[in-house]
Amino acid sequence: MEGIYFDNNATTRVDEKVVEAMLPYFTEQFGNPSSMHSFGNKVGLAIKKARMQVQELLGAEHDSEIIFTSCGTESDSTAILSALKAQPEKKEIITTTVEHPAVLTLCTWLEKDGYKVHYLPVDEKGRLNLDEYKKLLSDQTAVVSVMWANNETGTFFPVVEMAAMANAAGAMFHTDAVQAVGKVPLNLKDTKIDMLSVSGHKLHAPKGVGVLYLKRGVRFRPMLRGGHQERGRRAGTENTTSIVGLGKAAEMAMEAMAFENTEVKRLRDKLEAGILAKVPRSFVTGNPDDRLPNTSNIAFEFIEGEAILLLLNKFGIAASSGSACTSGSLEPSHVMRAMGIPYTAAHGTVRFSLSRYNTEAEVDRVIAVVPEIIAQLRKLSPYWEGDGPKEEAFAPTYA
Amino acid sequence: MWDYSEKVKEHFFQPRNAGVLEGANGVGDVGSISCGDALRLMLKVEPETDIILDAHFQTFGCGSAIASSSALTEMIKGKTLDEALKVSNQDIADYLDGLPPEKMHCSVMGREALQAAVANYRGEEWSDDHEEGALICKCFAIDAVMIEDTIRANNLTSVQDVTNYTKAGGGCSSCHEGIEEILVKVMAERGEDFKPGMPAQEEAKPAGMTNLQRIKKIEAVLESVRPQLKRDGGDIELLDVDGKTIYVSMTGACAGCQMEALTLQGIQQKLMEELKEFIKIVPTKAGALSRATCNP
Ligand SMILES: Cc1ncc(COP(=O)(O)O)c(C=O)c1O
Repeated sequence: MEGIYFDNNATTRVDEKVVEAMLPYFTEQFGNPSSMHSFGNKVGLAIKKARMQVQELLGAEHDSEIIFTSCGTESDSTAILSALKAQPEKKEIITTTVEHPAVLTLCTWLEKDGYKVHYLPVDEKGRLNLDEYKKLLSDQTAVVSVMWANNETGTFFPVVEMAAMANAAGAMFHTDAVQAVGKVPLNLKDTKIDMLSVSGHKLHAPKGVGVLYLKRGVRFRPMLRGGHQERGRRAGTENTTSIVGLGKAAEMAMEAMAFENTEVKRLRDKLEAGILAKVPRSFVTGNPDDRLPNTSNIAFEFIEGEAILLLLNKFGIAASSGSACTSGSLEPSHVMRAMGIPYTAAHGTVRFSLSRYNTEAEVDRVIAVVPEIIAQLRKLSPYWEGDGPKEEAFAPTYA
Repeated sequence: MWDYSEKVKEHFFQPRNAGVLEGANGVGDVGSISCGDALRLMLKVEPETDIILDAHFQTFGCGSAIASSSALTEMIKGKTLDEALKVSNQDIADYLDGLPPEKMHCSVMGREALQAAVANYRGEEWSDDHEEGALICKCFAIDAVMIEDTIRANNLTSVQDVTNYTKAGGGCSSCHEGIEEILVKVMAERGEDFKPGMPAQEEAKPAGMTNLQRIKKIEAVLESVRPQLKRDGGDIELLDVDGKTIYVSMTGACAGCQMEALTLQGIQQKLMEELKEFIKIVPTKAGALSRATCNP
């Protein structure tokens, strides 16, 4: 595939070495790990190895704390539903307004079942107010689910601190760390985080495999019941090839961690500074001082994101947008709205997310192309005139 | 990524009549920044004849909003105001070889801008007419008159249709009941019963096939011609189906040869008969197709 791929928060390329590690498990090593013969045995060992590779990446105390699932979404659902089932007397959930739909949609659905869900708001930089959080915690709180890093802006939440606060209040703590794993060094054994979600395809493993970290001793109610796979906590014959791939990807992520936080970050910063310097009325959304090293979300005022993406795509550049039009919904991204970004900018946000496969030449190319595209679309915009917004504000009927 | 026709893409990448029109004497501003599209239509009308001498636009919006605006200006130039007002949103969509259903509201916006610009030229107050109706969809500020007019003009039969054309009901969905009531009323006018849960769109799909069924049919047709191609030392492979465009790669002896065009024409004919719809077959090199990702 030719082109410049700056959409690594959506999904990543599977590393060649990961593919290589997986291949034998389609053919020679096809056995069912539960079988009582050597076909199965070897596969069982491979899964054990993968479990330890993931354990290492997460800094978990025991390898049995790693449960393989089918995706990040399954891990999120399993964690939250388990916490509710395990504590039927507690009827409250605390989460944030900017979670991924994997958590938000589940929570709004749970409201229909009578659960009280508290959605913590964020400020203009996407930050939480911990005093507000503290006030919401009570003996009624079954579970707190707060993401480690936001998928749109990359902004971090202080989950280690929040987990400790939840623990003190007797509530379980889950974090969706789908975007953070592989980019942030983790040491879960030293935290009060009870449950954590991982998705393989965000760290150069295949799509359709994930992990739920479950701290030893935390009460658990499986979502999928059946066979004894994953110690009965997630029934269903293991996706052996993908699990082996995720193990390898986890090992490689450990090795690349420093690179992600130096070189990838340097490229991201160069890209961002380059674009901001050349495009007037553009700004970074989220918290630039505390976020993922690979993500830059830039709002281009007075134009619309889908149009930007279509033009970028013409130049072979792949990114994504928080505009309403790209998602098929009619509202701009809930994350942008939660931060109070005005509509004239929220529709024009573009997320560039890099990976260790991107190059300096690609960054230079995007810096060269973006200003032209923005200028071209602003020429079409009724909000724009010359080098800036129209003096007499454009106010269409029923705005 | 949306399934845009070539015509939509062309009007997006090379918009006609974009930018401020000097000496415009009719201007219509419509749209809503909260839902991400807004349009200014500028007309230069010859007072003696009422003929639209020139039309320009400025649009804040997605690819199809920009393409719809561009198409509209092309369609109305040279028409009298009364002729121009007969251009319906469906005409705009047809001119562009169709819009994805979720994007039909872009063509509605074009039509409204036209009404607003003509009213402005004539010194009338267009927005008054709009505010007559009760606000139905609070998320997108769409009123009953607008919904009624759109249902009437396009023979809509479901809440989903109304959302696709006007955006009404696309937000919190609490107004779906209200939209159903309007559907019952307007459909009764034309002697039809409103049936909840019967989206007209589904019926309108090509020959009622799901995408999977369509692809299976296409594959079956290709399979049926394969033996003949193989006899001549060639082969054909299905690469992608993008709306009405079917991408294939030709390999071996038939790639690039004189016979290729003829062979493809025959296959295209056969596909159209099987699918009962107009399609276009495009030979492409494997791997040349690319798609941008959406927003996961
Ligand atoms: C923060 C976050 N959570 C969950 C998911 C869902 O993961 P998966 O696609 O593996 O279900 C994603 C992926 O888009 C994500 O970014």
